[in-house]
Amino acid sequence: MNIIVLIKQVPDTETKVRITSDKKGIETNDIKWIINPYDEFAIEEGLKTKEKLKEGTVTVVTVGPDRTVEALRTAVAMGADNAVHVKVDGMLDTYLVSRALAEVCKKENGHIIFTGKQAIDDDQAATFSYVAELLNYPSATVVVKCDISADKTKATLEQEGDGGAKNIIETALPAVIGVNKGINTPRYASLPGIMKAKKKEIKTYTLNDLGLGSETNKTVEMDYQLPPERAAGKKLSGDIPAQVKELVRLLREEAKVV
Amino acid sequence: MGNVFLIAEQKDGQVKRVSLEILSELTRQGVTTTTLVPGFGDMGQVAESLVNHGAHKVVVLEHEGLKQYNTEAYANAVFSYLSSQNPTAIITGATSHGKDFLPRVAAKFKAGLVADGISFQFSGDKVSVKKPVYAGKCSKSVEFSGGPAVFSVRPNVLPTQAANKSGSVEKVTADPGNVKAKIVSSVASQVKKVELTEADIIISGGRSLKSADNFKILADCAATLGAAVGASRAAVDAGYAPHDMQVGQTGKTVSPKLYIACGISGAIQHLAGMRTSKVIVAINKDPEAPIFQKSDYGIVGDLFEVVPLLTEELKRLKSQS
Ligand SMILES: Cc1cc2nc3c(=O)[nH]c(=O)nc-3n(C[C@H](O)[C@H](O)[C@H](O)COP(=O)(O)OP(=O)(O)OC[C@H]3O[C@@H](n4cnc5c(N)ncnc54)[C@H](O)[C@@H]3O)c2cc1C
Repeated sequence: MNIIVLIKQVPDTETKVRITSDKKGIETNDIKWIINPYDEFAIEEGLKTKEKLKEGTVTVVTVGPDRTVEALRTAVAMGADNAVHVKVDGMLDTYLVSRALAEVCKKENGHIIFTGKQAIDDDQAATFSYVAELLNYPSATVVVKCDISADKTKATLEQEGDGGAKNIIETALPAVIGVNKGINTPRYASLPGIMKAKKKEIKTYTLNDLGLGSETNKTVEMDYQLPPERAAGKKLSGDIPAQVKELVRLLREEAKVV
Repeated sequence: MGNVFLIAEQKDGQVKRVSLEILSELTRQGVTTTTLVPGFGDMGQVAESLVNHGAHKVVVLEHEGLKQYNTEAYANAVFSYLSSQNPTAIITGATSHGKDFLPRVAAKFKAGLVADGISFQFSGDKVSVKKPVYAGKCSKSVEFSGGPAVFSVRPNVLPTQAANKSGSVEKVTADPGNVKAKIVSSVASQVKKVELTEADIIISGGRSLKSADNFKILADCAATLGAAVGASRAAVDAGYAPHDMQVGQTGKTVSPKLYIACGISGAIQHLAGMRTSKVIVAINKDPEAPIFQKSDYGIVGDLFEVVPLLTEELKRLKSQS
């Protein structure tokens, strides 16, 4: 069974964001790049699925510039068998990234495709769904449990629904699954894994190779802005009971919210 | 501005407020909109609320397969209707459902998508959508090129506004297509909870609550206010609160009228989920806690002392009015 994991390299969350002078993006010089944390859960779920089924291969796929190969090597060090890099320069939007990922999934004949429920840079939470639609596969997101049937034609998923509901979903395979935190605990790369990853040959495609040479982004980023600063508010004073009284008065009379 | 479509969301014949928020904004901008309502059963109230908020035309996409939310069924039904309508914009609320099915609609149109916008502006035949990125450390404005503008809008950031309008309502039989993934059972949460993303008031607790039991202090206060209870990730990771209560970049994104953060330091990832709240109150014993920089009102003190007093004071006030 071909297990595919779609991953994205994102700035570490501690990164200080600085907008470029033309306001078209952020400065990328000092960024520490990491694998999107939700995609780490996806990698782990891919590896666990292979272990449970006692067969199959895990292929990790990413779309991005040269630096993103690092994310693929990390995934191989964790245990992924193969890695595919769709090498692009410049910014691709969710649409074009999904097109590329879907083409790779077709080439690799993916039977189950895992990815994170969202990437923590643009928070679109859309890729799993786009890719699924482009492949005409079913999908589910915010998945915290995944069991594959013995004949590998179906999966039973547990999804976190609104208001704390727990949904049980049955899906035909192939399918695309967006995983949430809580589904597993990602393993660390092992030393032999790291050695293997260094030498691992990474399959590389361009958009042209995928038949997408004439495709363009469907969204245009106009400009980046810093959020409006919230003026630091009033710290109340006096003893605690007096502060509480004053707070309630302000909420009622000034802010008019209670 | 062409053919603009809003996909309204409803549950059990009640429209979600975010649909009215988007409609109100479209009306303010003078954008003529057709509103689609996927569902099954009596949609009379839904249609009425939509018309009262400026819907020119409401089209109920009716099918038994749309009674319960289903990703593929919603996307298929919406697309099969829209495919002959030459849409220039397709909009829905950035709810868990909206964020789930909208990319499929975009993919079917080979269109671009902006999820979780906090504002949008139509001008001429262009639309620009603004959305926060990098945990809200900045935001970007995005336009579309080629294909319809497909975007979702965060609940609770735009005000609703009743409009004196008359609109038409029609019903068409929808085509939910072939569905390969289905919810076969669903267990609601043990405790009846106000859904965080829809709450007007939220009171949240952090790691400092120290136990799941202690969250009761917040629940008591919430009950007095008709509020929902939220949590920081540190509190969730420690097992004090379930994951669906997590507020933040990787939990729920909320914009209530009032957000009360109790014993929460104000990490950037937490702020990402609540910084668009109208009024923020911080209760923290550390006067240097970053949360105070982002709050309208702050009390430096021990939450175990402050919150019960707050509950009492609110109760007292309530009994008077
Ligand atoms: C990829 C990623 C995603 C993340 N996503 C989220 C997210 O979605 N949501 C989220 O919340 N976090 C998220 N985080 C974690 C975030 O960085 C913080 O670690 C977390 O928000 C801290 O939670 P806290 O404020 O409860 O705990 P702490 O930072 O430990 O703060 C506790 C606060 O309580 C105060 N305090 C202690 N005792 C009392 C008392 N008795 N009375 C009053 N005040 C008291 C302290 O002064 C302190 O300010 C994410 C992190 C990463 C890396």
